[in-house]
Amino acid sequence: MARIIAGIGSSHVPAIGAALDNGKTEEPYWKRIFSGFEKSQAWMRETKPDVAIIVYNDHASAFSVEMIPTFALGCAAEFPPADEGWGPRPVPVVKGHPALASHIAQSVILDEFDLTICNKMEVDHGMTVPMNLLFGKVEKSGHWPCPVVPLAVNVVMYPPPTGHRCFMLGRAIRKAVESYPEDLKVVIFGTGGLSHQISGPRAGLINSKWDKNFLDNLSNNPQKLVKIPHIDYMREAGAEGIEMVMWLIMRGALDDKVDEVYRFYTVPASNTAVGHIILANRGRGSARKSAAKAAPKPKRSGGKLKRAAARVKTERIRG
Amino acid sequence: MARERHDYDDIPGTFVFDAERSRQGYGINMFCMSLMKDENRKAFKANEAEYLKKFKLTPEQTDAILKRDYNRMLELGGNIYFTAKLGATDGHSFQHLAALMTGSTQQDYAEMMLAGGRSIEGNRSRSGKSAPSKHLGAAGRGKSAAGNRKAKSKSKTRSAKRK
Repeated sequence: MARIIAGIGSSHVPAIGAALDNGKTEEPYWKRIFSGFEKSQAWMRETKPDVAIIVYNDHASAFSVEMIPTFALGCAAEFPPADEGWGPRPVPVVKGHPALASHIAQSVILDEFDLTICNKMEVDHGMTVPMNLLFGKVEKSGHWPCPVVPLAVNVVMYPPPTGHRCFMLGRAIRKAVESYPEDLKVVIFGTGGLSHQISGPRAGLINSKWDKNFLDNLSNNPQKLVKIPHIDYMREAGAEGIEMVMWLIMRGALDDKVDEVYRFYTVPASNTAVGHIILANRGRGSARKSAAKAAPKPKRSGGKLKRAAARVKTERIRG
Repeated sequence: MARERHDYDDIPGTFVFDAERSRQGYGINMFCMSLMKDENRKAFKANEAEYLKKFKLTPEQTDAILKRDYNRMLELGGNIYFTAKLGATDGHSFQHLAALMTGSTQQDYAEMMLAGGRSIEGNRSRSGKSAPSKHLGAAGRGKSAAGNRKAKSKSKTRSAKRK
């Protein structure tokens, strides 16, 4: 059976993609950001997921104001990078995993989450920037290291889904993954945030204390986060900081208790606080007993993961 | 009909793009989406007022677009991810737009961001709500929120210009 082994939280600031595409990664401003992801890339190379589920939001690229789906799951075989006004990013087409995606769709819809299904969809920086941060730079002619199941969430038009709804969808996705018969190592990304506001006279808002508390609770006490009302996100973390609800889908798909493998936080990238975290399920515990009995023995990569976790020591932000 | 009141109207310097604005600003945002195509960008630049007639816009919305009044566009239902496409059509970086909306120079804005961004202190509320969110204020393994609040209230803060 398939298993979710880890969750990754990452900002998806478009300027990070532009810096990578325009060869600015060695400039001190950008190096500060990219160097924070070096250990994560090593962890990812070691972990070698078979599939990544990426929770992200579209920014007026695939969806305009004509249709605004709350949750849209990409079931296509591939997702071309969108032209966001400067030509598509020079990254490879993202390959999907249609079989797993449609399995997830069927399972979570019966669990009462009314998804929109996208059999044709372009993807923007919201998805490809976190992929670059975790997988490194990949030439347009190359290949991303694994297929992706994209889940686009409306966080552009208010109201986005509540944090609680997001968390519960994460749980339903986990259940769906664990009922997929093929042995697959799955990671799930929650992207966007952290605190930022890019619109109106209050643009430029950053709230590092909020961000740090969010990351702490994401690790240890996610139940506290699911109760945060939208007004608090918008007031404290900025009008666009409400993207952080997407991280709760990722968190909902993990065990209650997880190991924090790595964390990185820096201000700013353009107008935004960059946050990043890797949370790993504690190996065998993630496979439910009943499912494990019914299915052939799952691949045991927990030990491998633990070794990776030990090597990449948890880094905590200071001050 | 007057705009419905919402709890988030209390957030200073912020126009929340809600369902009502989404409906009201449909023309603005569809106009901005049209600028994704080069031929449309050229047509718009050649005769802005004429090009705008293709979209269902109120006179106020048309005026805000022609004057590049980005805050007014947001107030009338534009969304920042869309209006940013107009900025790009004019050849401006996003920080140029951000500086415009905040009423500062691009250099001052960039320096504020490098120094850690606009502080939340003094920027939470129009009506004077100053206590941090109870949901995250005292959370985590850090110091108590009360302690931090006391220390922070002394630090210099930048207030968002109120509309």
